[in-house]
Amino acid sequence: MIDKKKLVEVENLRKYFPVKSGFRKKNYVQAVEDASFYIYKGETLGLVGESGCGKTTLGRSVIRLHEPTSGRIVYDGTPIYDSKEGISVPMFEYRRKMQLIFQDPSASLDPRMTVGEIIGEALDIHKIAANKGERQERIRYLLDEVGLNTEHANRFPHEFSGGQQQRIGIARAMAVEPEFIVCDEPISALDVSIQSQVVNMMEDLQQEKGLTYLFIAHDLSVVRHISDRIGVMYLGFIVELAESYELCQKPVHPYTKSLISAVPLPDPELSRSRSRIILEGDIPSPMNPPSGCRFHTRCPYAKERCKEEVPALRECGPGHYVACHLYNQ
Amino acid sequence: MDEHKKLIEVNNLQVSFFTPAGEVKAVDGISYSLGYNEVMGIVGESGSGKSVEAYSIMGLLQSPGKVIGGSILLEGKNLLDYSKKQMRDICGKEISMIFQNPMTCMNPVYTVGDQLMEAVTCHDKSISKKEARNRAIEMLNMVGINNAEKRIDQYPHEFSGGMRQRAMIAMGLICHPKLLIADEPTTALDVTTQAQILELMKELQAKNNMSIIFITHNLGVVAEICDRVSVMYAGHIVEQGEVNDIFYHPQHPYTRGLLASMPRLDSEGKERLIPIEGTPVDMLDTPKGCRFAPRCAECMKVCVEQEPPAVCINANGHISSCWQHIRQMKEEVGNR
Repeated sequence: MIDKKKLVEVENLRKYFPVKSGFRKKNYVQAVEDASFYIYKGETLGLVGESGCGKTTLGRSVIRLHEPTSGRIVYDGTPIYDSKEGISVPMFEYRRKMQLIFQDPSASLDPRMTVGEIIGEALDIHKIAANKGERQERIRYLLDEVGLNTEHANRFPHEFSGGQQQRIGIARAMAVEPEFIVCDEPISALDVSIQSQVVNMMEDLQQEKGLTYLFIAHDLSVVRHISDRIGVMYLGFIVELAESYELCQKPVHPYTKSLISAVPLPDPELSRSRSRIILEGDIPSPMNPPSGCRFHTRCPYAKERCKEEVPALRECGPGHYVACHLYNQ
Repeated sequence: MDEHKKLIEVNNLQVSFFTPAGEVKAVDGISYSLGYNEVMGIVGESGSGKSVEAYSIMGLLQSPGKVIGGSILLEGKNLLDYSKKQMRDICGKEISMIFQNPMTCMNPVYTVGDQLMEAVTCHDKSISKKEARNRAIEMLNMVGINNAEKRIDQYPHEFSGGMRQRAMIAMGLICHPKLLIADEPTTALDVTTQAQILELMKELQAKNNMSIIFITHNLGVVAEICDRVSVMYAGHIVEQGEVNDIFYHPQHPYTRGLLASMPRLDSEGKERLIPIEGTPVDMLDTPKGCRFAPRCAECMKVCVEQEPPAVCINANGHISSCWQHIRQMKEEVGNR
């Protein structure tokens, strides 16, 4: 973080999905509720949380693959979405700047297209290559960049292993030379020995091209490794946001604490001797979330106030934000 | 119960799949034994044969898979000689299994209670329906499902992921088996739920005096729950030993590589990960010598040509299959 310029700013972002329930009754899944954060240019912001907490929805809403319900998104100084002022810019030119890497590499590559066609499609849509030769050259360069053999351009996705397929997905995202990439669980589907290869490659690409990542994953140890700062989500809310070392060493929110203590450590003596905070019960449904602080149903320290009032995200240390009534009380 | 006797012994087990493209030796000559009251972890990447090995113990292998050699001794009796009917009596009663995805392993059109009671009545024909139901409720209470009297009449889809896995564990343990095979029981769950389930399994293991074979790819989970560990790579067990030996003194280059490539939550800086280069072996075309040789940083000439022998590292049954150990031993002898 040499350059402390904010690339992406998100304010009070909300995303509700309508669901039908009964006759003429409409209900909403409140997937993302009041999310505010920013990402500096060149940094990696990690987003962790359990399944169903809205991290994928938030990631997709930021680049407007899902149209947000309300809120404000600013990209590189220009607002690209603002529900209050009614701003909603055409996204085509921004798609060159923001890209997405998907979780399941085999499901996100068209099985009937060759690797060259998959990567070339992005070049064609944005008219990046002037002629056929340049297009070929560019595809070869991209494959080389992600550590694949340049002769693989004529093969189909099923001929590759999971790790290689994910590399193709990354090459496709890189084809338009983006500045900002949302990585939605890019390594969860991969084997342990392959995960580290892909993580290293993503770090190299970031350094080389000055990329900014929003890295979404449920594996806290991987997120800690790759991120500069980490946001923790629970049921649509960002409950804590801090620098990654600070968050793992000095968590403040009770949910973050239990999440960290639940991560299995590859160290038998340490993992058996440490004290764990085991949460009771399950995540409530986002269709009918609890009142007040959404964590109060599982929080061991919950007070009356937590059931009534929604805690705001406030600063509790330099760059450390937490949404909990009980902090400093 | 004689503590020294082994509950299950697997000797040189070989399992192959006869596919149109050729024979895939999914498990190629593995041996291990498990004592009473012991938890053994089997770790390996996808395709290393860890699930196939467990399925062959249960007699659940499906065509084109076939056990082609070796023996599986449960308290001295070879399970491979048993008929289908005999296996049926054992499965669920002596050995039980829980699976990765509880949703696909439960029948959606029967209530959870029906499925639990079926396991009881299958093995004990004399038991009455009411007794079976009471047993089922008792089991659900034991695995920490609140309001079990009501929950027992619900269908699997009414349970959350963590609760389904709890019900699955209840189903596996309802006949008090001596051995529980858990095939990636926490992989489909969130970390906080995973912690709950691991805690539950530890508790039940101590309470019921059973042994567990815990199959997983997560080394963190292994460190948490297992007494002994076997590391599998491409159908071979490359290293096995007590959990502390494996984590603090790993011998085989693959085990060392796996441990080094994992990001740690408790480390400080942003140090670079050390990955294992290359891709997993194509099981249709396995290398002639050591199967890890193409990816191994310490590969020698002999590694490519001959399969490495299993070398005993210490008296606690720490075994590693690598030519490096032979080389080191030769050097030591030479120095003397």
